[in-house]
Amino acid sequence: MDITFKDVNYIYQANSPFAHKALEKLSFHIPSGTFVAVVGHTGSGKSTLIQHLNGLLTPTSGEVQIGDYYITSEKKPENLKELRSKVGVVFQYPEHQLFDETVEKDISFGPRNFGVAEDEINARIKEIIPAVGLDEKLLERSPFDLSGGQMRRVAIAGVLAIKPEILVLDEPTAGLDPRGQREIMDMFYALHKEQNLTTFLVTHSMEDAVRYADHVIIMNKGTKYMEGTPEEVFTQKEALNQVQLDVPEIIQFLNAFESRFGISLAFKRQSVRDLATQIKEAFEGVKSDE
Amino acid sequence: MNSMMIIGQYVPGNSLVHRLDPRMKITIIFLFVIVVFFANNLASYSILTAFAIITTFITRIPLRFILKGLTPIWFLIVFTFVLHLIVTKEGTVLVEILGFKIYSGALIQGLAISLRFFLLILITSLLTLTTTPIEITDAIEDMLHGLKKIKFPVHELALMMSISLRFIPTLLQETDKISKAQASRGVDFRTGPIKERIKAIVPLLVPLFVSAFKRAEELAMAMEARGYQGGEGRTKLRQLKIKSSDLIVLLFFLAIVVGLFLTRSY
Amino acid sequence: MREKFIEFRNVSFRYGEEQPWVLENVSFEIYKDEWVAIIGHNGSGKSTIAKLMNGLLYPQQGEIIINGIQVTAETVWDVRKQVGMVFQNPDNQFVGTTVQDDVAFGMENRGVPREEMVRRIEEVLKAVRMEDYLLTEPHRLSGGQKQRIAIASVLAIKPQVLILDEATAMLDPRGRKEIMQTVSEIQERNEISLITITHDLQEVVQAERVIVMNKGHVWDEATPREVFAKKDELREIGLDVPFVAILADELKRNNMRLSNEPLNHEELLEELWTLHSKM
Repeated sequence: MDITFKDVNYIYQANSPFAHKALEKLSFHIPSGTFVAVVGHTGSGKSTLIQHLNGLLTPTSGEVQIGDYYITSEKKPENLKELRSKVGVVFQYPEHQLFDETVEKDISFGPRNFGVAEDEINARIKEIIPAVGLDEKLLERSPFDLSGGQMRRVAIAGVLAIKPEILVLDEPTAGLDPRGQREIMDMFYALHKEQNLTTFLVTHSMEDAVRYADHVIIMNKGTKYMEGTPEEVFTQKEALNQVQLDVPEIIQFLNAFESRFGISLAFKRQSVRDLATQIKEAFEGVKSDE
Repeated sequence: MNSMMIIGQYVPGNSLVHRLDPRMKITIIFLFVIVVFFANNLASYSILTAFAIITTFITRIPLRFILKGLTPIWFLIVFTFVLHLIVTKEGTVLVEILGFKIYSGALIQGLAISLRFFLLILITSLLTLTTTPIEITDAIEDMLHGLKKIKFPVHELALMMSISLRFIPTLLQETDKISKAQASRGVDFRTGPIKERIKAIVPLLVPLFVSAFKRAEELAMAMEARGYQGGEGRTKLRQLKIKSSDLIVLLFFLAIVVGLFLTRSY
Repeated sequence: MREKFIEFRNVSFRYGEEQPWVLENVSFEIYKDEWVAIIGHNGSGKSTIAKLMNGLLYPQQGEIIINGIQVTAETVWDVRKQVGMVFQNPDNQFVGTTVQDDVAFGMENRGVPREEMVRRIEEVLKAVRMEDYLLTEPHRLSGGQKQRIAIASVLAIKPQVLILDEATAMLDPRGRKEIMQTVSEIQERNEISLITITHDLQEVVQAERVIVMNKGHVWDEATPREVFAKKDELREIGLDVPFVAILADELKRNNMRLSNEPLNHEELLEELWTLHSKM
């Protein structure tokens, strides 16, 4: 499903002394199947943005279009529930939403609310459990007996069981150790490719944005600060530093490398292995020129 | 964030009323509540009303804000008034509406009782409007100090109150977050039959309790790590001190009380 | 010979009789004024070590000595005077209704006189650069600011060691930077030993020594440079390897001989410079 924001404004506690603008004139268009990374500081409007994607918030003015669903200040779609069955949201620390007696019941909670048939739910669970790296033996356990990492995976499975077409991820790996972070992100990426999802990843990690995203939106103080491919956005060091964001480490290194050796190596989302080869070739090239 | 306005929520300020010692404020309000019941004629009611209105102006809190905070109470006040009009049968008949005779005594008594009610609510809400919850907690802890002798857990009670105050915004945020997460999983909190809506609360309440318990456990550990071992041998940063302005205000109020007893009819 | 401050002697710990051992036969020493990082994946036992150090937990076997005192139920309050801790969740350790009340909490517990409290509050808030927030309520602070207040609260009771138990894990990059800066400023003033517990190898670089935990055992005890050299093994126990170390490794694979294990960009570029001029 395509996603389009047209001049979206959102004001918290409008008409009160505490009113503050969380989104200002936000417009963008995301074609179906894109992996989008939304990057910005805490309070830049990222969380407000993603809450518009399934009608948790409605714009104060402007229009949000998700596939065929329109959300404006005047009207929420009557079929809000239908929209929510197509947009899966993994919130920050999603394990905080677990509540049911068993892992299985908790995972089936979402699809059951959306009226999915029981055998379909069971089939989905069979598929999802190994995909998120859990053991089937855990299905009958209470989610509260599991380790933190396992709880996170159960909560994610609960969102995936809805079989969304749009997947919204709000810092899904916060608090996990490096291996857990990598496993979860790789899992989302595989799923994105396999099921041709449209994915919105809210993240603080420039490295994740570079590794997974086709498209990057940089938010600052409720407005869209920059937008483009990772190559376009992350090579603009000055502009990013102006809003106190860092460029990914590989680009930091390429910049330092250039100022030290006068050799400019382009950033093409290359792997570290390729970078090493490039450095070697550059050195040998310089030598053979002399 | 929650946009709900709490009745009598603290409004920051630096007026004389704001700066009064909270214990003094509580004492005066306590006395006021008793004294209100001794007013019985125009003069004595006027004195009390004047006191309440002047105090309200001294706080410099916008009148609009105070009256808005009293919205839920207006109904009760009007209800009391109407009840008295109908029930009381004293004095002369003033008018007759739809077969109901309205007596002069009923009108006077209705007005008096409603005014008394209004004054009580106004004065007590001035306390919470001009005093932070933590000041009230401190004042209560201090005033109950004597109860420690009979092993009443005064310090623990005050600590409990102050920690609850500290965590209210945190828990409101948490509630908002979890309800949004469950709404995204297809829960509808707002529509549908009552039975369904009550059922929809479970996926909200369970995570809230789980998280509150986890917070409590971690907080207890953090407090212990920071050397907390109960009230024994503790010093306090926040200290209440009676200032001369507090005493002047008290004397002024006592003068009013004396004035009231001189003017009331016996 | 440096003076020992913390000593673990064959310490084993588990949460219950039926439970598996969280720590098994762990021994190490930490010296006065040292900055030690303890790293390991989630569940490796690293946070349990922190809780054992100030008597929030007691070991079933072995002993823990802090500044010459064995940690027991009798000595625990003396130990806690010397060991300050900052925990992971910024919200769940903020006790006061305002910043100054929270900083005061630890001092109130220890009966510090009021005038002294006021003085120290000012001093420690300056140290963490939060002096303008004296009366601010916690829900108006960012996570990073709350953690700085937690650090200030610990500094106010003047302990000998400050333990940061994954204190940056729940923060955004900005908050993380704030904390790391505060911590290195404190370290520079050299008044206190530091133990940082983390799974983020970037935060380890500045430490003098690293203790790597894996499955309840001490897996390695070395300088950051020596630890970073063991890339493949680190990955195997679920830890990440910094970019610089990976690139250095790939360069070696390309027959570019680096003489030292670089810790940061400058060192790597320096190595490359030497190499370049020799080519």
